[in-house]
Amino acid sequence: MFYREAGQFKTTYEADQALFPIRQDRIAMGLILAVAFVAIPLLANDFFLTSIMIPFLVFSLAAIGLNILTGFAGQLSLGSGAFMGVGAYAAYKLTSIFPDANVIVLVLISGVFSAGIGAIFGLPSLRIKGLYLAVTTLAAQFFLEWCFIRIPWLYNYNASGAIEIPRREVFGVIVTGAEALPLTRYFIVLSIVVVIAFLVANVIRGRIGRSWMMIRDMDIAAELMGVRPLQTKLLAFGVSSYICGVAGAMMVFFWLNAAEPSSYSITLSFQILFMVILGGLGSIAGSFLGAAFIWILPVFLRFLPGLFGVEVAAESIQHVTFMIVGALIIFFLIVEPHGLARLWQIGKQKLRVWPFPY
Amino acid sequence: MLYDIFIDPFVQMGAQPDFLIQVLWEGFVSGILYALIALGFVLIFKASGVFNFAQGIMVVFAGLTLVGLHEQGVPAFLALILTIGVMGVLAYGIERVVMRPLVNQPDIILLMATIGLTYFLIGFGEFVFGGEPKRMITEELWLPTGSTAIEFGERGLVLLQHIDIAAAVIAVLMVSGLALFFNKTRIGRALRAVADDHQAALSVGISLNQIWAIVWFAAGIVALATGIMWGARSDVSFALEIVAFKALPVLILGGFTSVPGAIIGGLIIGFGEKLGEIYWGPLVGGGIESWLAYIIALIFLLFRPQGLFGERIIERV
Repeated sequence: MFYREAGQFKTTYEADQALFPIRQDRIAMGLILAVAFVAIPLLANDFFLTSIMIPFLVFSLAAIGLNILTGFAGQLSLGSGAFMGVGAYAAYKLTSIFPDANVIVLVLISGVFSAGIGAIFGLPSLRIKGLYLAVTTLAAQFFLEWCFIRIPWLYNYNASGAIEIPRREVFGVIVTGAEALPLTRYFIVLSIVVVIAFLVANVIRGRIGRSWMMIRDMDIAAELMGVRPLQTKLLAFGVSSYICGVAGAMMVFFWLNAAEPSSYSITLSFQILFMVILGGLGSIAGSFLGAAFIWILPVFLRFLPGLFGVEVAAESIQHVTFMIVGALIIFFLIVEPHGLARLWQIGKQKLRVWPFPY
Repeated sequence: MLYDIFIDPFVQMGAQPDFLIQVLWEGFVSGILYALIALGFVLIFKASGVFNFAQGIMVVFAGLTLVGLHEQGVPAFLALILTIGVMGVLAYGIERVVMRPLVNQPDIILLMATIGLTYFLIGFGEFVFGGEPKRMITEELWLPTGSTAIEFGERGLVLLQHIDIAAAVIAVLMVSGLALFFNKTRIGRALRAVADDHQAALSVGISLNQIWAIVWFAAGIVALATGIMWGARSDVSFALEIVAFKALPVLILGGFTSVPGAIIGGLIIGFGEKLGEIYWGPLVGGGIESWLAYIIALIFLLFRPQGLFGERIIERV
């Protein structure tokens, strides 16, 4: 009843091939964007922006990146954290070499370096498949982490071994560094994420996205039907690493202000993989849902005892959080192995037929 | 440059043969310990097709339980038996709560479930035992602790830790015990039947659930042995969990389904890692141990995508 597309006739090819062919979807998307761009900046305080919204958006973008590789092209990767690190270090080097350049553009360019490295580590995927491929990406993870520690040039020979983001201005507004306002950062992150998400949604629908899905479903069959595995797989690795790289650069430039090699460790890779799997493999909306679940749930759990006025040691909260997150992951995998995106689809179907269940 | 890479390390090896042997011994011991962890992986993968990421944390968990029980005043050997009991309960619980509802799901979902299990066990272990490293009760378990120096040539000296020798002996005993168990007992045959074909095994009346619980229990015991050995070499702490990542290239090198593959893979990785770190590491600034294992595994994989002893991958359209 609420979500009924009956009566919406498409009279042109453009209307038929639109990204959101159903009117309710367009309205919902407009509402979400309005909330994100208008309501949240008006209502939220700095804490909400910096510790919930910005990380959530950054992780969503990284999850979209990994989802392209794992969800759409079917190549399991445990190295997304390191690719995010490549983006971060590349952006840091770029802004040190070109201090006057527009830092947002530099962040977007830094993804290119990460894409190149991703494509190199994607080369073995032509021969190695499935879980065996995980070792290739783990090699990337540990090798790149080692590079972040052992190549001092990457962090400008800092004594601390960490990268610290200098103050940069774009059109007279401070966008990075400690003085940048959370609202400015939020708008930049949100804009980049929205633009990239829409681009990805369109790439997925087109020839490239379809060839990725063919490779995922059956690579030999895809090859017989004229999809070139080399180009397609490497493109998937490249695009995925580009997006992860941009996300990694945004993570340090607009959220953390400083990062050490351990920020981009295997833990981060796993976190992103969890977001993708829990959100739903092969779903853009799922990436957002997964990121929200994995990032916001622990933050929420941390404040939960305070709400009930119970005093618990910070350490045991952390341990219990670990336990609850682990248990919930297992629970969700058992209840809905296709992820939160599938739950959303089931919900849509329910809305469509309501109040008659059949 | 070429000299540094191809000739100089070998010159160094030739100049100090006692040091070379020491390095090889270190590689052998860590290889054995990697192989023990990989063994736990292989057991579970063979029987249920689950890539058990939680093996590393099971090692830590078993070690912590043992030490924790002893700290509560339980005698060492009673603590050992109790820990085996705890691993049994854990195995049954995992089978019941995690594995049974997830039968027939794709590999990646099962992998994720074991990573979820890892998170849970990390939280649970830290909650119960605290996060600090603990000392393994080596003497109390009658494990040797000293070391022997063996004269080598005129001036050389090779130092063998007794605990390492014990680790090697226990590993050999364990592998032969498992081989006997697999080949001679009724349950072992059932395990192999399940490994070959789930449906066929079901149709001749083998209980899959029971077999899985047994396999997880066996992996738990392997984890306990590994935990004791690693713990005796360093401390029992959650840092050991990282060792699980080292077992991954071992496993991939040997092939997921092969017990001898796990052993040989472990030895190759152990030797390669130590030799590479000592002789080639200084060329690039050291610390290459963290990723060398993966590169070695990767090189082998490029030639044999199914691992050294894995079953040939046959693809049909």
